[in-house]
Amino acid sequence: MGTTASQLRKDLLSEYQELTFLTKQEIILAHKRFSELLSKEDRNLPTPRVPMEKVLSLPELKSNPFRKRICHVFSTSDMKDGSLTFEDFLDLLSAFSDSATLEIKSHYAFRIFDFDDDGTLDGGDLEKLVNCLTGETDDTRLTTEEMRQLISNILEESDIDKDGTVNLSEFQHVISRSPDFVSSFKIVL
Amino acid sequence: MEVVGEEDGDTEGKRKNGRSKKDEKKEDKEKVEKKQNKKNVETSSEHESSEEEEDEEEKEGEEKPDVLSPEELEKLKEEVDERKKLISTLRGKPWPMRKKLLTLRESHEFVEKYEGALGKGKSRKLTKWMKFQRDFENFKTACVPWEMKIKEIESHFGSSVASYFIFLRWMYGINMILFGLTFGLVMVPEALMGRPYGSMPRKTVPRADEANAMDFAVLWDFGGYAQYSVLFYGYYNSQRAIGWLKFRMPLSYFLVGVGTVAYSYMVVIRTMARNANEDGGGDNNSFNFSWKMFTSWDYLIGNPETADNKFASITTSFKEAILEEQESRKDDNIHLTRFLRVLANFLVLCCLAGSGYLIYFVVRRSQKFALEGLESHSWWERNEVNMVMSLLGMFCPMLFDVISALENYHPRIALQWQLGRIFALFLGNLYTFIIALMDEINLKREEEEVLKLNMTIWEASLYNGTLGANSTAPPITVHPADIPRGPCWETMVGQEFVRLIVSDTMTTYITLLIGDFLRAVLVRFLNYCWCWDLEAGFPSYSEFDVSGNVLGLIFNQGMIWMGAFYAPCLPALNVLRLHVSMYLQCWAVMCCNVPQERVFKASGSNNFYMAMLLVILFLSTLPAIYTIVTIPPSFDCGPFSGKSRMFDVIQETLESDFPAWFGKVFSYASNPGLVLPFLLLMVLAIYYLQSTSKSYKQANLELKKKLQTVSHTVIMSSYLSSPPGGEHRAHQGKSDHQIPPSATSPPAPRGHRMPGPLPGNQRQPAPSVQRVPNSQRH
Repeated sequence: MGTTASQLRKDLLSEYQELTFLTKQEIILAHKRFSELLSKEDRNLPTPRVPMEKVLSLPELKSNPFRKRICHVFSTSDMKDGSLTFEDFLDLLSAFSDSATLEIKSHYAFRIFDFDDDGTLDGGDLEKLVNCLTGETDDTRLTTEEMRQLISNILEESDIDKDGTVNLSEFQHVISRSPDFVSSFKIVL
Repeated sequence: MEVVGEEDGDTEGKRKNGRSKKDEKKEDKEKVEKKQNKKNVETSSEHESSEEEEDEEEKEGEEKPDVLSPEELEKLKEEVDERKKLISTLRGKPWPMRKKLLTLRESHEFVEKYEGALGKGKSRKLTKWMKFQRDFENFKTACVPWEMKIKEIESHFGSSVASYFIFLRWMYGINMILFGLTFGLVMVPEALMGRPYGSMPRKTVPRADEANAMDFAVLWDFGGYAQYSVLFYGYYNSQRAIGWLKFRMPLSYFLVGVGTVAYSYMVVIRTMARNANEDGGGDNNSFNFSWKMFTSWDYLIGNPETADNKFASITTSFKEAILEEQESRKDDNIHLTRFLRVLANFLVLCCLAGSGYLIYFVVRRSQKFALEGLESHSWWERNEVNMVMSLLGMFCPMLFDVISALENYHPRIALQWQLGRIFALFLGNLYTFIIALMDEINLKREEEEVLKLNMTIWEASLYNGTLGANSTAPPITVHPADIPRGPCWETMVGQEFVRLIVSDTMTTYITLLIGDFLRAVLVRFLNYCWCWDLEAGFPSYSEFDVSGNVLGLIFNQGMIWMGAFYAPCLPALNVLRLHVSMYLQCWAVMCCNVPQERVFKASGSNNFYMAMLLVILFLSTLPAIYTIVTIPPSFDCGPFSGKSRMFDVIQETLESDFPAWFGKVFSYASNPGLVLPFLLLMVLAIYYLQSTSKSYKQANLELKKKLQTVSHTVIMSSYLSSPPGGEHRAHQGKSDHQIPPSATSPPAPRGHRMPGPLPGNQRQPAPSVQRVPNSQRH
């Protein structure tokens, strides 16, 4: 924390500025917060990885029902364990930043909601999505009948080509009409 | 020979590792030189004087961009441009960072390598300019105030409460600009270059009031020394040009007044246009369920308690929406509901009329008090008007809330009615206030006439008995404080507005402290010794009322716009007020409020409050414009004294400061014969744009329908034409979303490329998904 070994190199910093929607101060702050998550030995590795549990301990992600999906989507780990390098972390912050475009936000939102990673949102994905949103306790969950009704309503609204799933372009179409998607799909450190 | 030359080039390249780029360039140049056969001599002497030769060759290469054939040049240029475009759009691509970094470095290398062949200087300047732009953007973001505060509120309360504070910050920005204009161009020049205090009757406190001009009570009321200062209209001198700069004070005053209104219009409309663009208008579909599903979670929430609240509210909204969808219209009791609604509206109208009358009555009473002399009345009687207006603004909305319980509307619709009624209340109060003010203005003008007559009598009494009326005599010096001066209706108007705003602010802060803070303290500490649970039961902690606060902010701004012409100190006052409000309300919301249980936004779009602001801007500048255009200014106070109308200053400036032809052009331009056709043209343009946008919406809907029918055809045809094993194929065809060339291919919505498997998803879509039942649905 503050030692020269863990400082960002200037050329990298300017490249990150060019490749993300973050400002210089935000990247430096992200680096600081990321270094705090690393254990002492990991700090000197060239590309350290933070395990998913540590990432989920960040206050910004702790209360988010989609936190595990977010880690999986942005993780470039071969073991699919949701661990993040600093660059993955920057990707995350860039997609969730204030100045990110609607296209990028909707793209990543689609991937986050796609629980089975098959490229479309089918009934199973939508059901898991609703369960995430309604919380863990039993009295807040929807009944099976309500769930079925809800999913069929959603598919009726968003599924333009009526194939029973919502693909990326249909999703982006729905999202682009929404007035508060961009302002609520934000995470700021 | 040439072969030798190339080999030499290679060995040199190996010797100087860091110059690989230049070597490549050299190789290119050498290949080109083969065609020209000019450099053969040089290649042999390369290994002797390689450095200078290389540099020379490079320079020569740069000086001769036509060395490459034109098509190759074109292709190269195109590629370089494409690469540059790629670099600038890299951040919007959904790739992992590694891939983006590699692409960026590759593209940079490519661009730098070939830029030299096309002329290097431009690229350096461009990158410097882009770097400067980026730094400036960073600086601008760092300058935005209160970012951390708002972020904290966002994480605790979600984006709807935070939107109020963002709106407050935006208003603060506008008011800073207005403050800059009035302070820099009106108040400071008069203070520095105008005649000082005490040199003229209008700039001096009258002898009669001198005794208590410095009292706090008088100053708080904006009388005494505060009244006779740059803060109000009456202080300004009507001298055409003041100081060594020959600063045109009256002209500046008028133009600043017009400029503040114009700037406000521009800013509000620009923000509305920007919000409308983001809305993505087109078809009027509202994807209620999909939006609830995909956009209801607020990712800014970082607090577990807020998250739980959010879960509960999402669940409730899902259940409600499902119920609404299922419910058939209940026909019973519709007459009762209708009757109750009519009754509620009637009651509300009575309230509005009552409050309007009350204000009128109170203002007339205060005029009577003023005539009798203000000292003989209590504090309440002196400040009656302002207190009544503020109290009405506080209690009537609560009354409307209670009445709306009769109506039994859906909460969102009830909220819209509530906002509409509060809007009508404030508007009615404001306009009643203005009408009462107009009466006072007329009174003051009559006084003025009387005073003008008396002035001549008073002047004659000065020369009392010493001289005849016709002889010239040395003027007797009279101290300005003793000269009788006319009532200055403009300053009176300015004072009224300032008092109104001060009392409104005080009321808001006191309500905040009592209603929120005291309540929270009581609930917290009395809970230990009370019979029922105060926190969960009756009073409990208050919620932050977003719409009420936003309305209050909008109306305050309206009052500023109304009074800013007559009291240049108003924008300064407002800046101070907003500054304090930000800190006070941020503290109050974090300390005393709980997150809202059910969040109902007033409307889908962000433009609802902007539209209200625009309406208020229009309605509040109307009275000011009316008074400027119709009422002649006071004869002995303010920058327009002596003129018959305030806008005569423009005419005067045109005649005296501009060359003659300018005045002629202006008079031609303002000729009705020219203005009317222009207006007609604008109306026609609006009509044309309206009809074009309608036709675009139509085309949009048509395309959508086409998309549905085409996909349907694809599914049906691939299902029908395939053998049983072809389910897989049909599935494949669909999941790749490749519409067969035989079908007409409509453009994809919003021009997205049809996605196959998402980048980053290596797996093909699982073939086990059931497709047949879905196709059977159609």
